[in-house]
Amino acid sequence: MKTKLSAENLNISFATKQVLKNVSVEFEENKITALIGPSGCGKSTLLRSFNRMHDLVPYAKIQGSLKLEDMDIYSKNVPVTEIRKRIGMVFQKANPFPKSIYDNIAYGLKINNLPHDKSVIEKALTEAFLWDEVKDDLKMPAHRLSGGQQQRLCIARAVALRPEVILMDEPCSALDPVSTIKIEELILHLKEKYTIAIVTHNMQQAQRIADHTYFMYLGEVKESGPTQDIFENPKHEMTKNYINGVFG
Amino acid sequence: MQHNKLRLSSIVEWGTLVGTTLIVCFFLVVIILEIVAKGIGSLSWEFISSIPKEGMTKGGILTPIIGTVLITLITALFSIPFGVFCAIYLNEYAENNWLTRTIRAAIRNLSGVPSIIYGLFGLALFVQTLQLGTSLIAAGLTLGLLSLPYIITTTEEALMQIPNSTREAALAVGATKFETIKDVVIPSAVPGILTGVVLTLSRAAGETAPILFTGAAFYISDTNGYINQEFMALPYHLYMLSTQHQAIEEVRPIAYGTALVLILVVFLLNLSAFYIRYKFRKNEN
Amino acid sequence: MKYKVRIGLDVTFKYIFKATGLLVLCLLGGILAMLIYNSISFFMDVKPLDFITGMEWNPTAKNPAYGMLPLILSTTIVTFGAMLIAIPLGIGTAAFISEYAGTRLKNILKPAIEMLAAVPSVVIGFLGIVVLSPGIADMAGLPNGLNALNGAILLAVMALPTIITIAEDAIHAVPKTYKEASYGVGATKWQTLRKVIIPAAAPGIISAVMLGVGRAIGETMTVLMATGNAALIPTGFFDSVKTMTATIAIEMGEVPYQTTHYYGLYALATVLFFMTLIANIVGEYFINRLRKYHAA
Repeated sequence: MKTKLSAENLNISFATKQVLKNVSVEFEENKITALIGPSGCGKSTLLRSFNRMHDLVPYAKIQGSLKLEDMDIYSKNVPVTEIRKRIGMVFQKANPFPKSIYDNIAYGLKINNLPHDKSVIEKALTEAFLWDEVKDDLKMPAHRLSGGQQQRLCIARAVALRPEVILMDEPCSALDPVSTIKIEELILHLKEKYTIAIVTHNMQQAQRIADHTYFMYLGEVKESGPTQDIFENPKHEMTKNYINGVFG
Repeated sequence: MQHNKLRLSSIVEWGTLVGTTLIVCFFLVVIILEIVAKGIGSLSWEFISSIPKEGMTKGGILTPIIGTVLITLITALFSIPFGVFCAIYLNEYAENNWLTRTIRAAIRNLSGVPSIIYGLFGLALFVQTLQLGTSLIAAGLTLGLLSLPYIITTTEEALMQIPNSTREAALAVGATKFETIKDVVIPSAVPGILTGVVLTLSRAAGETAPILFTGAAFYISDTNGYINQEFMALPYHLYMLSTQHQAIEEVRPIAYGTALVLILVVFLLNLSAFYIRYKFRKNEN
Repeated sequence: MKYKVRIGLDVTFKYIFKATGLLVLCLLGGILAMLIYNSISFFMDVKPLDFITGMEWNPTAKNPAYGMLPLILSTTIVTFGAMLIAIPLGIGTAAFISEYAGTRLKNILKPAIEMLAAVPSVVIGFLGIVVLSPGIADMAGLPNGLNALNGAILLAVMALPTIITIAEDAIHAVPKTYKEASYGVGATKWQTLRKVIIPAAAPGIISAVMLGVGRAIGETMTVLMATGNAALIPTGFFDSVKTMTATIAIEMGEVPYQTTHYYGLYALATVLFFMTLIANIVGEYFINRLRKYHAA
């Protein structure tokens, strides 16, 4: 197994508040890795540090090494836009651009100087299971889509750039069960091509889709392993309590 | 008995509040009715399409209309980019430090500075120091400065409405911060920015004090609207016709007509701002 | 676009945006510098004490007099009169809109008040000349009605939208629980308004009034057109007055550049600037107090 994305001894603090303490994680290629843990445990912060989303927070302090294969993500020689092109992201709440469906996909391609003709757009939308639903309304403003469709559009937007990794920050938390199932199917389908890291609050979801799972608590990784092991034989009392819903 | 007394007093009390509100509405009604009733007689296509004639006792108000349109255009060209850029800086870039706080305090103070002082500043800076002379451009820039704080404040409010997730969406596909602002943030904020801009321009179009000594003229014979020449403007024309003209009673109908056109211009701009705001809110839901 | 170009644009615009922010500082600095520089030039020729306490403003006389008292008192009496009218009307209207009016009525009243705010001052001044001043002249038996009362009423109309809007926000922001508590102990709507809502909204109402004062002090065209412009110490509302703004507006057009008189108008503008500044700072202080109070 090949490690695609990793963090070693990662410490992150915002102003005086330390959010991550000595976190080390590895995400394997073409696998889905889930990050679980109670609110405020730092799992979103960890996820966002991989595509340098904290760069714009002036008081964020990041120490440790984050790597995409052998490349140092925070190296001065690597343009941040390049990192974000290779490491895509899907957010908690669907955030399509205030543009048409077509332009939502084309935008990232355009600014990155990649081909953005209709075939590319079609391919991305097809991969995100959305093409059949929107192929006749590509000029329609994206905000007219349903919540689940919008989120799939955001996934298509990330996929269009042919990233190596897709980070997903609770992508289903704002969706109804039917849309959630559809997105889960999509995620399982995407792992054939991409490495996926997903933050989720939904224990069933983690069990349904993740190959590996990290349990985090108060800024630290408490336990990790194959998803089945974590859920069936948690080593830590805390992990057990969390997955059984004692706290959350 | 007690009950009746309570009811009577509450009617009086309610009446007081309704009364104050009615008086305020009465002011607005008087303003509009007076201007419309006495100005409508002067209003005709000829009135707005011909230049003042015979010492302004006859003819129309084409020259001041052109002047007002042009000066508002200059105001817009200057204050919109400047104001929007400044708002972008404050909302998207500025950290919360002493410099930012000072800039914000300056903007609040500038919005309270009396318009006549902007007139003096325009005179000192544009007319004299930059030697633009009393001209359309000097007066337009003066009104532009006056409009700045309003454009900045309303634009910043519009930018604040844009959720951070929208910015993150663009950053996540590899856009730079500038591209994020240009391609995603500003387009999302356009309705809000536009509302503020139109309201501000409607104010600027009706301003008189700042153009008194920066370029407004009593009478100009041509309608070419050179930016380095003095100009006529609707509000100044009204001021002049109602206080400075030697045949004040004779030009009253023209004054009323001018007031009506001015008020129509301002109200139409306001209505379009309301419309943008209304449509925007509807779209959001 | 090449990556280098994109980053170049990114950095360039960052500095352009920042530069506009700094230019705004320069604008305020420039206005202050202009006022102070010209005031200093003025005080080289005229003693500050003569300016502040002088009872006569007559710069074009053989022995020019630069006493600003008549002007400052003119501004004061007109502003004071305007507030006497606008404060009760403004608060009453704000209370009505916030507490009594239904949604549909609100949707008519609020735009109406925005419309009133949008009427250009020169139009208000014009109506002062053609409608209000003849009315005042008739009622008081004066030869004409271009006096402080005329100006005060017109300024009240101009200050009303500011006062109503801010006071309405303040009243609206009073927590519902306060009202419920008051009704709970059997108070009537009016008692609740007077004893609970207005006191709770007081900081906001004070700031509404102060911003209205700032607006009235700085207003030019209305008073210029409607108050008669006699630079005498006013003794009552039926006197013709010449406010600071009107003085600048009338005389700046006529004076030669860089004379004592010219500098004197800037000195007057400096006083005007600080008067409005103080009114606005006080107003803002109370708005902030209200915000903190509601945030806590």
